Amino acid sequence: MSAVQDDIVVIRDLSFGFGKRVIFDRCNFAFKRGKVTAIMGPSGTGKTTLLRLIGRQVAPRAGSVVVDGEDVTRLPRAELYELRKRLGMLFQNGALFTGLSVFDNVAFPLREHTRLPEAMIRDLVLLKLQAVGLRGARDMMPAQLSGGMARRVALARAIALDPMIVMYDEPFAGLDPITMGVIMKLIRMFNDSLGLTSIIVSHDVQEVSAISDYVYLISGGKVIGEGTPAELEISKSPWVRQFLHAEPDGPVAFHYPAPTLADDLLQDAT
Amino acid sequence: MIGLLQNIGRSSIGFLERTGRATLFFLRVLAGVPALMLQFRLVLAQLYSVGVLSVLVIVVSGLTVGMVLGLQMYNTLAKFGAASSLGPVIALALVRELGPVVAALLFAGRAGSALTAEIGLMKATEQLSGMEMMAVDPVRRIVAPRLVAGILSMPLLAAMFSAVGVLGGYLVGVGMLGVDAGAYWAQMQAAVDWRGDVINGIIKSVFFGMIVTWIAVFEGYDAVPTTEGVSRATTRTVVYASLAVLLFDFMLTALMFGDTLI
Amino acid sequence: MMGTRTIEIMVGVFVAAGIAALFVLALKVSNFGQTSVRGGYQLTAKFENIGGLRAQSPVSAAGVRVGQVTSIVYDQKDYEALVTMTIAPNFNRFPSDTSASIYTSGLLGEQYIGLEPGGAEDFLKNGDYIQLTQSALVIEQLIGKFLVSMSEGKDAQR
Repeated sequence: MSAVQDDIVVIRDLSFGFGKRVIFDRCNFAFKRGKVTAIMGPSGTGKTTLLRLIGRQVAPRAGSVVVDGEDVTRLPRAELYELRKRLGMLFQNGALFTGLSVFDNVAFPLREHTRLPEAMIRDLVLLKLQAVGLRGARDMMPAQLSGGMARRVALARAIALDPMIVMYDEPFAGLDPITMGVIMKLIRMFNDSLGLTSIIVSHDVQEVSAISDYVYLISGGKVIGEGTPAELEISKSPWVRQFLHAEPDGPVAFHYPAPTLADDLLQDAT
Repeated sequence: MIGLLQNIGRSSIGFLERTGRATLFFLRVLAGVPALMLQFRLVLAQLYSVGVLSVLVIVVSGLTVGMVLGLQMYNTLAKFGAASSLGPVIALALVRELGPVVAALLFAGRAGSALTAEIGLMKATEQLSGMEMMAVDPVRRIVAPRLVAGILSMPLLAAMFSAVGVLGGYLVGVGMLGVDAGAYWAQMQAAVDWRGDVINGIIKSVFFGMIVTWIAVFEGYDAVPTTEGVSRATTRTVVYASLAVLLFDFMLTALMFGDTLI
Repeated sequence: MMGTRTIEIMVGVFVAAGIAALFVLALKVSNFGQTSVRGGYQLTAKFENIGGLRAQSPVSAAGVRVGQVTSIVYDQKDYEALVTMTIAPNFNRFPSDTSASIYTSGLLGEQYIGLEPGGAEDFLKNGDYIQLTQSALVIEQLIGKFLVSMSEGKDAQR
C-alpha cells in the first residue's frame, strides 16, 4: 500500500450553494489515504459544508464526491448508511448526546452497529477513553465537561468503530494552548497508529501547518492554493500570503463593500 | 389592496408548504415505528419523559376542573331542583370533552414544548447531525419513539384527568354542597354510556396525542438551529398544537356525537 | 439521568395508574358494569309512548335496579313501541300480572321502567309479555291537558 499513494476521497467539479449564495464553484479536492489533509479558509467559506458533502448530509448541485471508490451523490440510502459507519466525524462543539453519560456516548455507535456483548463493549469503550485520557471521566455527563474534554470524548466516540476516515470540524477553535496541544497530538497519533485518513477543517494556521501533510486553501467558492505546509509558506500568491500571515488588508478587503465614506457622510447630511 | 392579497397568498402558500413537509415528515416517522417493536426500551424512556412527567399537572388540573364544575353546575342545577343531576353533568362534560381536550392542551404545554425544545436543541448542537454521521437515522432513533410515547400516553393521561375530575366533583358536590352520594354515582352511571361516551373520549385523546406529538416533533426537527429558532419553535408548538386540538375536537365531536347529542 | 430501573418502575406506575383510571371510568362512572346483564331473561312490553326511554335505560322494581332495556322498536301493527328488557337472573319471582310503567327520576332526570308486582301465583319467565303498561308522562301533553281543563273550567263558570 505504501507504494500506491491512492486517493481515498476524490471530489470533482463540485458546485454547491444555499439559494443564490455560491459556496463552491467547480472545486476539486483529493485526499490521500493515510495522510492528514487540511482545508483552510476564512469563516463562512463553507469548510464545514465540505465535510457534510463528503458524508452526504447535503447534496451537491453538480459534481461527484467519491469516497473509497463509491460516489456518495448516487449511493442508495442503505449503502450510504453502511459507508457512514466507516466515517468518523468530530463536530466543532463535540455534539455529545446531552442525555447520555460519557461512557454511553462512546458506547453509542458500538451498541447501535454491533452485536457485541456488553462486557466487550465496556472494554472497547474504556480503551477508547484511555486513548484520549478520559477513562476517569466515564460517569460524567456532557454538561459537566469542559470544552476540551468534550472534544476529546467526541474524538473517542468518532473512532469507536475504527473508521477509515475521521473528519475534524474546527478541532482547535476556542481551546486553551494546552488542550490544543493535546488535540493536535491525538489527531496525529490516531492518524499514524490506527492507519486512518484525517481531514481537518480549520482556520488556525499554526496548528494546521504543524500537523498536516497537505493543505487546501479555499475562499469565495474557489480553491486558491494547495500544497504541503512548506510549499504554501513560500507561495507568491498575495491571497495565500495574507491568510497565512494574518494581514488585515489585502485581497480580502478590510472594508465590507460600501460607497466611499465621503459620499455616505454627505448623503446622511441631506 | 394588492399587497393584502399578496400577503394572503404568500401565507397560504407557506402554510400549505409547511403542512406538506410536516406530512412527509410524519410518514418518515411512521416508517420508523415498526422497528421500535424490537427496541421498546427506547419508547419506555420516552414514556417516562412524556407521560410520567405530565401526570402531576394533569392530576392537579383534573381535580381543580372537577371541583369548579361541581360548584358551578350545582348552582345552576339547584335552581331547577335538579341538583341530583350533578353527577351526570360533571361526568359527561369530563368524559366527552374536558378530559380529552384540557388534558391535550396541558399535554401540549408540558410535554409538547419540552419535546420541541429537546429535539430543537439536539439539532442546534449538531447532535442530530452527529447521529446521522454515525449512520443512525435520528428520525427513527429520536423522533419515532417520542411519537409512539405521545400516542400511548395521551389516552392514559386523559383518563386520569376525567377520573380525578369526577372525584373532584364528588368532593365538592357531595362533600361540601350536600348532594346525595348515591344519587351522584347512580345517576352518573345511568347517564354515561361506556361505548358512546367513554370510548369515544378515549379515541379523541388518542387523536390528540398523535396531533400534539406530531406537531411538537416536527417543529423541533424543523427548527432553525439557533437559540432563537428553538424558542420560536417551542412557542409555535404550543400555539399550533392547541389550535389543532380545538379544531379537531370540533370535527371529531361532530362525527361521533353529531347524531346522538340531545 | 436516573437509572433504567427507576424509569421502568415509574413508567409501570404511570401505565397502571392510567389503566386504573380507565377502570374507574368503566365501573364507577359509566354503565359498563351494567351493560350486559349476563344470563338474564327477556321480557317484552308495549307502550303507547315511551317518552325519553332509551336502550340501556334501567329497569327497576321498588326503586331497586333489576335489569335494563335492551331494545326499543316501533310496532307498525299496533302503532306502539315494543320494548324488550333483560332482567337479571336472580330477580325471577315477578308475578305474571306485573305491570310496567315509565317513570322519570326527578323532574329532569332520565327515564326508566318501573315494575309493580301483581298478585298472581305464577311468575314471569323468559320471553313473556307484560300486559299492563303505563306510558311515559309527556310534559307537553300534560300542559296541553292542563290548559284545556283550565279553559273548560272558565267556560263552565260563565
